[in-house]
Amino acid sequence: MNFLKTTTFLIAAGLATPLLAQDAGGRIDIVVQPEPPSLMLGLVQNGPTQLVAGDIYESLLRYNTDLEPQPSLAKSWEISEDGLTYTFHLQDGVKWHDGEPFTSADVVFSADVFLRETHARMRSSLAYVDSIEAPDDQTVVFKLKTPFGPFIGVFEAGTMPMIPKHIYEGTDYANNPMNATPIGTGPFKFESWEKGSYIHLVKNEDYYLEGKPHLDEVYYRVIPDAASRAVAFETGEVDVLPGGSVENWDVQRLTELDNTCSTGKGWEFFAPHAFMWLNNREGPTADVRFRQAVMYAMDREFVKDVVWNGFGKVATGPVSSKTNFYSDDVTQYDYNPEKAKELLAEMGYDGTPVSILPLPYGETWQRWAEAVRQNLQEVGITVDIDSADVAGWNEKTSQWDYDMAFTYLYQYGDPALGVSRNYVESQIEKGSPWNNVEGYRNPEMDAKWAAAAVSPSPDERTKIYSEIQKEIVDDVPVAWLLEIEFPTIYNCNVQDLVTTGIGVSDGLRDAWIKQE
Amino acid sequence: MSLITTILGRLVKAAITLLAIAVLNFFLIHAAPGDPAAVLAGEAGAADPLFIAQLRERFGLDQPLYVQLWSYVKNVLTLDLGYSFRQGMPVYDLIAQRLPATLLLTLSSFVISLSLGIAFGVAAAARVGKASDSVLTTIALLFYATPLYWAALMAVLVFSVQLGWLPGFGYETVGSGYSGLARAWDILQHLILPALTLGLFFMAVYMRMTRASMLEVSQMDFVKTARAKGLSGPVIRRRHILRNALLPVVTLAGLQAGQLIGGAVLTETVFAWPGIGRLMFESLEARDYNTILGVFLVSAAMVIVFNILTDIVYRIVDPRIGAKS
Repeated sequence: MNFLKTTTFLIAAGLATPLLAQDAGGRIDIVVQPEPPSLMLGLVQNGPTQLVAGDIYESLLRYNTDLEPQPSLAKSWEISEDGLTYTFHLQDGVKWHDGEPFTSADVVFSADVFLRETHARMRSSLAYVDSIEAPDDQTVVFKLKTPFGPFIGVFEAGTMPMIPKHIYEGTDYANNPMNATPIGTGPFKFESWEKGSYIHLVKNEDYYLEGKPHLDEVYYRVIPDAASRAVAFETGEVDVLPGGSVENWDVQRLTELDNTCSTGKGWEFFAPHAFMWLNNREGPTADVRFRQAVMYAMDREFVKDVVWNGFGKVATGPVSSKTNFYSDDVTQYDYNPEKAKELLAEMGYDGTPVSILPLPYGETWQRWAEAVRQNLQEVGITVDIDSADVAGWNEKTSQWDYDMAFTYLYQYGDPALGVSRNYVESQIEKGSPWNNVEGYRNPEMDAKWAAAAVSPSPDERTKIYSEIQKEIVDDVPVAWLLEIEFPTIYNCNVQDLVTTGIGVSDGLRDAWIKQE
Repeated sequence: MSLITTILGRLVKAAITLLAIAVLNFFLIHAAPGDPAAVLAGEAGAADPLFIAQLRERFGLDQPLYVQLWSYVKNVLTLDLGYSFRQGMPVYDLIAQRLPATLLLTLSSFVISLSLGIAFGVAAAARVGKASDSVLTTIALLFYATPLYWAALMAVLVFSVQLGWLPGFGYETVGSGYSGLARAWDILQHLILPALTLGLFFMAVYMRMTRASMLEVSQMDFVKTARAKGLSGPVIRRRHILRNALLPVVTLAGLQAGQLIGGAVLTETVFAWPGIGRLMFESLEARDYNTILGVFLVSAAMVIVFNILTDIVYRIVDPRIGAKS
């Protein structure tokens, strides 16, 4: 009896303590790098913008680390048997930061009017949508023209942020003065932005979830130098280093500091997938044997262990193992210089030099290019390393002026959203670094990509995507390198920092600080 | 009278020079690969031709280059620096926001380097050949040769991480809510490391130059005369030697002053100082044409203004210069 009492007491105490601490409020400082150009997520969707604006704006759903949909502004939803009708029921009592009620009219405006005009990625998904209607204030119905498997994955804040109709309707969106003071429904409100120093967000007291957010305020700190960012974490100036904000060789040193935690979670939705575009149009890279030789010549495990300090996983093909529809039933390109030399001899490679264009995103990428150059030289390929800043890289890749160019693409949770765009013929178009830049053409494969996107049956989709992976890996349209892992480093007192597949960029709705 | 006409003449020339610089800058920045629309699209993670075309139209980049140049020159002539489409603000406001931080940093480092440099130079010259002279010149040589970036990081590591004496980053304590004197004290603490680091190189230069110049002047006949008159050592040094030795230092100080706006990019980057050097660098990377042209123009104007000021200071230090012309 006594024993039971004690246990109950202990359990009660165990429950009460964290709850008390959770309610204690507090402040978190996070690095944002580089400084975002704007916080209006409907107009700008780059990484830094979403990192900050993920606190301000929300969408209908969130996705857990297994990429399963979770309630956000929609408390429940149904998908019809034929996969054509998506019905969402909105949360009650949601208000915009200026006090206006959030209703289904805002959803229709955001998806059907605003984002159709401003959001390139959303626009391509909206092509499958026949109509978006609001039968009442709390209900929204999306009707599709054909089934579109990945559609349940587009209700994420960076893809379909909810935009306040009462502020934007009928205005010139890009020049609306309210862009400087963004209004969303999210857990934190915009307070101030000292350009070059910090962005200050404060708790949304009227947030629709009782007791959330826990924090009183968040500062996003702009620290332009990678070494200085590492030092800022060391001195306790910042509490959180989002993935990719320090160089890899600092990651290990920092994670060994006292009271420092790190996690690789929170990137499942984006699943950054690194590869080299190999120019399929001209030069040695136009020959499939040369491209296969490149795959065999590279010691990708070495790069993972040394250049990336062991983070990540060597990619086996176009689809990331972090997402659904991944298949490992493909040709494995292990490090095999002899095989590479055979392939080069078979094609009669004459020593024509090829250039490598690294990504201008810091030292890691530069070293990676150097490692690849060395591997290729070892099998007899003549290699130059090209260089460019970000604008120059964009120009060269989107104008197809390269032989081999490093890049990485987000997978956005589904091959139809983030993968197929790099391999189908309809996506060959100059002027963008986000499409089929390598110029791979395979009409038979195009038909399969299209069929997989619109199939209503997940099993059918799995089957088609497995076939695609098996075949395309032999063609080597691009040289797949690494499923990148960007560990988030943080002070261990910060709890529930990463709770979704989008991680810190999904906002700090659930985060709280453990009091000591 | 002659001073005023000289200055007026210089101002007219300066205006023409500035306009030429503006046009040259325009072509330079447009010659760089890529444009702001492509950079924004590149960052978006996805883009279709419609998206990029929309951006170009919004930024006025769909116009022929000569039309863009003409509208830019018209803007410059009416002192309008244009609009930063990337940051969604008039360039004038952007620069005005960042200018105080940069001026505070560069002016303090200017004052520190100039005063300490001259003081150490004089001290070293007075003790020429002695051990203290060697120590001072060696230290100066060290500062002169140290890369700024490394010195800055080391300063942060030692004084901020290891010793914890001074804050290593930023302009002030973020979210402290300080005001008035408390805020000034807070900013001063943040200012010390970057201002000293930035000032080290020029301090070394001024010191070496002052020392060499003092030694040279001290060999001259009028110094011997002064000594023969029975003037004391300190008086000779201050009134006769230093004043004559300062001219080359003034020239150099004029050069440093010209860089007050654009010369602190590295320091601002390492210390996360929210200044205009960083604005310039980031705008360049983003091909934010109007912002970068605006910063260039303001820096160019600054160089010209300080050239004129240097000329005036020459006349004050050495009145013979005005008399000759």
